[in-house]
This record gives sequence, C-alpha cells and structure tokens, in this order.
Amino acid sequence: MNADQSPKIVIVDESPIRAAILQEGLREAGFTQVVHISEMQSLLARIYAVDPEIILIDLENPSRDVLEAMFQVSRAVKRPIAMFVDQSDSASIQASVEAGVSAYIVDGLKKERIKPILDLCVSRFNAFAKLQEELDRTKSQLEDRKVIERAKGILMKVKGLTEDEAYVLLRSTAMREKKKIGEIAQSIITASEMLK
Amino acid sequence: MTTPLRIGFIPLVDSAALIVAVDKGFAAAEGLDVELVREVSWSNVRDKLNIGLFDAAHLLAPVAIASSLGLGHVKVPIAAPFNLGINGNAITVSPALHAALMEEIDGDRFDPMVTAKALAKVVAFRRKAGAEPLTFGMTFPFSTHNYQLRFWMAAGGVDPDEDVRLVVLPPPYMVDSLKSGHVDAFCVGAPWNSIAVDLGIGHILHFVSDILVRAAEKVLAVRQVWAEKNPDTVAALVRAAVKAAAFIEEPDNRTEAARILAQPERIGVDAEVIQRTLTGRLKISPDGTFRESSRYLLVGREEAGRPDPVQAAWLYAQMVRWGQTALSPEGVKTAMAVFRSDLYDAALGRRPPEQPPAPFGAFAGPAFDPDDIRGHLEAFEVGRWKA
Repeated sequence: MNADQSPKIVIVDESPIRAAILQEGLREAGFTQVVHISEMQSLLARIYAVDPEIILIDLENPSRDVLEAMFQVSRAVKRPIAMFVDQSDSASIQASVEAGVSAYIVDGLKKERIKPILDLCVSRFNAFAKLQEELDRTKSQLEDRKVIERAKGILMKVKGLTEDEAYVLLRSTAMREKKKIGEIAQSIITASEMLK
Repeated sequence: MTTPLRIGFIPLVDSAALIVAVDKGFAAAEGLDVELVREVSWSNVRDKLNIGLFDAAHLLAPVAIASSLGLGHVKVPIAAPFNLGINGNAITVSPALHAALMEEIDGDRFDPMVTAKALAKVVAFRRKAGAEPLTFGMTFPFSTHNYQLRFWMAAGGVDPDEDVRLVVLPPPYMVDSLKSGHVDAFCVGAPWNSIAVDLGIGHILHFVSDILVRAAEKVLAVRQVWAEKNPDTVAALVRAAVKAAAFIEEPDNRTEAARILAQPERIGVDAEVIQRTLTGRLKISPDGTFRESSRYLLVGREEAGRPDPVQAAWLYAQMVRWGQTALSPEGVKTAMAVFRSDLYDAALGRRPPEQPPAPFGAFAGPAFDPDDIRGHLEAFEVGRWKA
C-alpha cells in the first residue's frame, strides 16, 4: 500500500501510551498517515487541518459528544458517520464498543478498507486494557509491600519482635481475619498513628 | 424467576426514578435484576443502547427521536414507555454576563422575554465594541438544553446561529468552562447549575420552567424491536419506575431519595445539592439568594411519567426550526410514535386519562398544535427552516 492509498486516520485519545500502541500497529499494517490528537481544546481546528477519512476515539472520552456536535454544526469537517459503517456487521461493531473504541468514518470510504483498521484497533485496545490491568496490579503490590514494611517496623518496635516474627504475626492475623496482609498492615499503621 | 437487565445512565438528577427503582428495590419487586451502568457521554449511551449492550437507557428525549429518524447517526427506532422527567434544567450565566444583563433589564428579571431583550442589547453592544460573541454551553445537538436556549434567545431577537456561539460540553465540564471563561453561560440539568452557584462563579438566570411550563426532558428508552419482543419486561420496568417516581415525589422521602442518588457510584455529589433540585428550592446567586418553584423538576407529579406524543412533536418542531431536519408528515408521525403512552397505560392496566396533559405554556409564540407544525413555526421570526 503506498502513501496515497493509505487513508488519513486521526486518533483522539488522552492516553499517550494507548495512542502510541495504536499508531504503531496501524503503521505496521501499512497505514502511513496517522495523526494523534490529545488536546481537546483545539480538536476541531486540528481535525480540519488533517482532514481525515477516519477518526478513532476512545469511547470513554467525554468529548465524544463534542465531536458529534462538530460534525452536526460544522461544515468544515466532511460529514462523518459514526462507526456503524455496515449495520449488518453487528459482531464487529459490538466488539469495537466492548473494547472501548469508537470510529467515525467519512461516508464513501470502502468497507473493505475499514474492516482491517477496526479489527486492529479492537485488538490493540484490548491489549492495552490488559497492560493497564497488569500495571495496576503491580502498583498495588508495590504499595502493599511498602505498607507491610512499615507495619513490620511498628510491630518490631512496639512488641520487640524480630522481622520474621513480625511478618508471621501479620500473616497469621490476616489468615484468621480472612483479609489481605496489606489490609492488616494498613490498620496497624492507622492505629499507631491514632495512638501517637 | 428474575430477568437480568443492563441499563445505562448519565449522572444527573433526572435519572432519579431509574436509580431509586433499582436501589430502593422497586425493580427487584417486579422481578428485574438491574445492573445500572454509569456513562460519560450521550453518544455512548445511545450507541450502547442501539447495538444492544444496554437493554434500556436514561436518554435525552430528543436523542430518542433523532435515533428513530436517523438524524446525525444511524437509524434505530426507539420506544420510550416512561418519561423520566419534565423540566429540570436551568440557564446559568457568569457574574460578568449577569451584571451586563441586569444593567440592560427593563422589567421583571424572572420574565424570560425581559432577559431575552436584555441579552439582545448586550449582544448588540458587544458587536459594536468589536468583542467576541458570547458563548453558550449546552449538552448535545439533539437536546432540550439546545432548544430551550435557542427558544429563549430567539424570542428576544437573538439569532442563536449568527449572534452567539453555541457549543457542546459534557455536563461535568460545564462548571470548569464557565470558571475559565471558555463559556459565558450554559444550560444544563442538575446538579451542575447549583454547583456553579455554590462556587461563586455563576448566577442561575432562569429555571427552564420560566421558558416552557411543561417540557419533556429525559426518557427511559428501549429499542423498539426489543420492546416488541419483551412486552412483559417493559411493563415491569415501567411499573418499577412509576413506583420509584411516586416515592421520590413524597416530600417525606426527599431526604432518603437524595441520599440514594448522592452515592458515589450513582450521581456522586452532595445529597444536599440534589435535594434542592428535588424540592425546587435553589440557591440562584452566590450571595445566597434562593428561589423556589414547584415546577423545577417533575418526576412523577402531574402525570410526568406518562410519555406525551405531543411533547415529541414539539421536540421534532424544534429540530425543524433549527435546520436539523426538514419538515415532513412522516417525520412528525415517527417522532410522535417514540413516546409510547400506550405501553405506559398497558403496564399500569388502565385507560388513557380523560383530561389531556397540561399545555407547554411557552412564554413566546402561539400555542403548539402538532397538526400544524408549519403554521406554528411560521409565527417565529428567527429560525433556520425552509418552508
């Protein structure tokens, strides 16, 4: 696919990481004309300047309503039709909405050119969601570890325990109370702060 | 046996009947197991309803009509068997615009004709001074907020497409945009007007009931094909909403209703602010001035829950007036068919009421007649429609 044939695509996303993942995927697939817009302020002006055939937007972006109004009111942007290019293909529409991506496509763009883009977006959005989940989990694990360290310190000081003993106490309490060690550790910190 | 349902909503006070129906157990009592999903934009609510990710939704009444007509988007026929609210919006202006308007006011400041004429003077003055046009925020191209703002300013001779700028803003962004000067005024539902007043950055200029005494605001929307396939579920949902609306309207229950709505996963703002809207007693100025209206938001009173096809025809007339669609007899018919008073009556097992619903009570223009939309529109000087 050479540059002239590649449709112009705009990605509207406030998450730079997800946008980058998407952009990279589209480039790899041969779509060379991809522009990312993260600034909501100058959205219309930027879209006008790029004059895209496809606009991809994160579904959870509240500016979707703003975007739709632009298409309604502004003659500057060619009238795009929101993602339901082919209403009969409800499975791919549903997959797209579930993944969190919404596409606006200028009427007249061939269906067979849109399908691979949408499919790619869906898989990339899903990949990003998984990545985000992992990141959140790692973060909370890290956070837990810090809290546990502090709680151990408190127990060692107050009860004169060794580090191992302090940890065993935390763990057995957590098991008995059917809670996470992090939660028990947090309550020890809270209690010790109140008793200060 | 319980029926699982997914229903989308936007965190606004006029989702009250829906939220209370679920959280107070009225839906469960009807055999419905409802999952309420909080959404960020009307486009999302519409799309997820249209493709079947939602079984039902809290929707702007004009969006339900636009979707059935295929305006601005694909055509998905919608049925609205319950009206979630009558009125409920307000127009809030920045302190600077408020001062400018009060300077030009000649008469009762709560009379929308008086304020609309004052606005026309401010607009003319700004133009002469070479200032930027005033910017007004509203929630969606197909929204009551859009039509209420336009109806009001056009009555004073202000052309909403030529003399000012109308921009779409998601409701939670309204207050920030007023603060930053991005907009000079906005029309939005509760709680956002009250929040702007509490922050000292806005004055409530009008309750929309000043402009139209009775106007349909949000509906409980389902896909028409879904309604046909699931008549019992629709009926159960309507009954749950009717019970919830009656609960909310009972003055003794207002505190509890406000508390339910205030929960972080529902509307997520102070219960006290929500209660103001439910009781119709609102702080309108940062100096603490209060104004009270029994018509601020009607959830169940005066047959508010019963969809009125004449209201749908009025909304359709606004779409025509502002150039969103061309007038056609089929269009009127399609729009009116969205508001399903028949499904409402069937759910409650009763006949249609003998008394017709109260009129719109618009402050300007002739009385509305759905059989003569052309004649009605011709009475207005400002408009974008072509005969």
